[in-house]
Amino acid sequence: MRRKNAFWIALAAPGIIWLVLLFIVPFYAVLAIAMGKLDQLFESPVAVWNPFAWSSENVINVSRDLVGSAAFAGPIVVRTVVYVAIASLLSLLIGYPAAYFVARFSGRRKGLFLILLIAPFWISYMMRMLAWITLLQTNGIANKMLSWVGISPVNWLGGKPVTVILGLVYGYIPYLILVLYAGLDRIDPALIEAGRDLGLGRARTFVRITLPLSKQPILTAMLITVLPMIGDYYTNQLLSGAASTSMIGNLIQGQLGTPGLEGQGAVLSLLLLLVLLIPMIYYVIATNRSSRVAA
Amino acid sequence: MTAPSVSEQTPPQKIQPKARTQSRWNPRNPWRHPWFLEGFTWLYLIWSLVPIGIAVLFSFNKGKSQSVWQGFSWRWYFKDPVNSVLHNPQLHAAVIQTVRLSVLTTVIAVPLGVAFALGINRWRGPIPATFNYLMILSFVIPELIFGVAMFFVFTELFTTVHLGTTAEVLALVTWNVSWPAIIVQARLVTLGRQYEEAAADLGANRFQAMRRVMLPLLAPAIFASAVLVFSGVIDDFVIVDLLSSNAGNTPMSVIIYSTQHGGNGGPALNALGTIMLVMSFVIAIIGYIGYRFLTRGERGSRIEALTTIAGSEA
Repeated sequence: MRRKNAFWIALAAPGIIWLVLLFIVPFYAVLAIAMGKLDQLFESPVAVWNPFAWSSENVINVSRDLVGSAAFAGPIVVRTVVYVAIASLLSLLIGYPAAYFVARFSGRRKGLFLILLIAPFWISYMMRMLAWITLLQTNGIANKMLSWVGISPVNWLGGKPVTVILGLVYGYIPYLILVLYAGLDRIDPALIEAGRDLGLGRARTFVRITLPLSKQPILTAMLITVLPMIGDYYTNQLLSGAASTSMIGNLIQGQLGTPGLEGQGAVLSLLLLLVLLIPMIYYVIATNRSSRVAA
Repeated sequence: MTAPSVSEQTPPQKIQPKARTQSRWNPRNPWRHPWFLEGFTWLYLIWSLVPIGIAVLFSFNKGKSQSVWQGFSWRWYFKDPVNSVLHNPQLHAAVIQTVRLSVLTTVIAVPLGVAFALGINRWRGPIPATFNYLMILSFVIPELIFGVAMFFVFTELFTTVHLGTTAEVLALVTWNVSWPAIIVQARLVTLGRQYEEAAADLGANRFQAMRRVMLPLLAPAIFASAVLVFSGVIDDFVIVDLLSSNAGNTPMSVIIYSTQHGGNGGPALNALGTIMLVMSFVIAIIGYIGYRFLTRGERGSRIEALTTIAGSEA
């Protein structure tokens, strides 16, 4: 048994060592900095590697930012939740019908539709944001079109929540659609036909058969969009840049480059990780289960 | 009981619109084509693709404007002696850095991930299971959180690795190694163990079975994951943004972000974005053709090849 395993252990070893050194250790480094102290002279973080010497300085500072009278980070967290909730629901509302159509009704044109649906996946995120910046500039095409119908120019990129939320939808919806399509495509059409043969109408077939069967793909697709949206700082920064729309990602990214605040950035990113660990573990288990079912 | 009518059995595309109630347009035909859904899908596609088309178009604009078309030119690619992608040292260096990062990351991450997948899949016990979960976790963790960890590990612990190309490659490999690891494992699960056992019965040792039997069978999955890693690195932003230190190691995505963020980048930036887009599309086309070629003896369809190289296997 031992010798039988040796070959496989040798194959897996490089990857395991890599993950330990560059995945587990880095997170311990974040922890050591989060629980570390501040070098008063240089305002640089001092990592404390020994858990028994950990200091709660950064944690206290962060908790003061999050709750209490001087809490500036609290509203940012609330804003993040609201923006991400609206953006992901909108993505689902737009993405589901499109994925459903392509999976069920596109017929012989399925290849064409799939290429068009997948195309954004192959276009760099920054290029896609750049495209919208081009359109939404003060003297851009969007405002020109508005002026034809007599509406005065809107400063779309000057800190509008609508722009940020639609930017998030635009950025992450291709991933959602792809996951939804893959899930919906796996639904056996015989089940739907059976429902119809047994007298259900179009709407009721959808509600009673298709929708329950797409519960799992919807959950996975939502996770795959919500998780990166929460950690996003660039969409926001590019399409608004204003403090009035900043999200948790902007806060962490900003603290990373600011002397004296790096330790707090570490605490915040660990807190975020802690909160997101539950949906992430759910995803990991669901992925593992479905790959075992496929076998 | 009467036999069920034709329209109840066959899907909508196949029936000829004979009677009024069977017309694709008749609202009372239960199998009519969902025109509303199709229209909605087209609207979505227009919304998702037309802005990019416009951005590409204005990269060929003769003038500086991004909203008024002044005629076609290659000015922003190479004609302009100062501001074109070719002659602006920053933009030029960014293109090279992106290619360098993509090649290095793919060359390291793919063998690492494939070996990991093979080993983890066959080695039984709690240790491989734990690391397998860890690998999938690295696939879904928000990139900012991962990037923060990478930033701190290279600035506080592994300080011999300075921020720059080495740090970028190490982080990008860690971030992307899950593609080959997950896709190859999925393929291993569908293949089962019988090929290996057959090879062993015919006298191959484990190493030979791996090289002569398993690797050729895994070739499509390995190839698809290489394509995904390569294009993933072209597209990557957060990791390289946090780990780049100067103009020499800043790739295209970060240049687009930082230039646009500071104000209007002008059409040269659109040209840079278009170059990125063309690079990704070339990789996608190579990926599709290559995947079709490698799976030519199998039953897989065009559609399957399309979704695989877009990463829906994982």
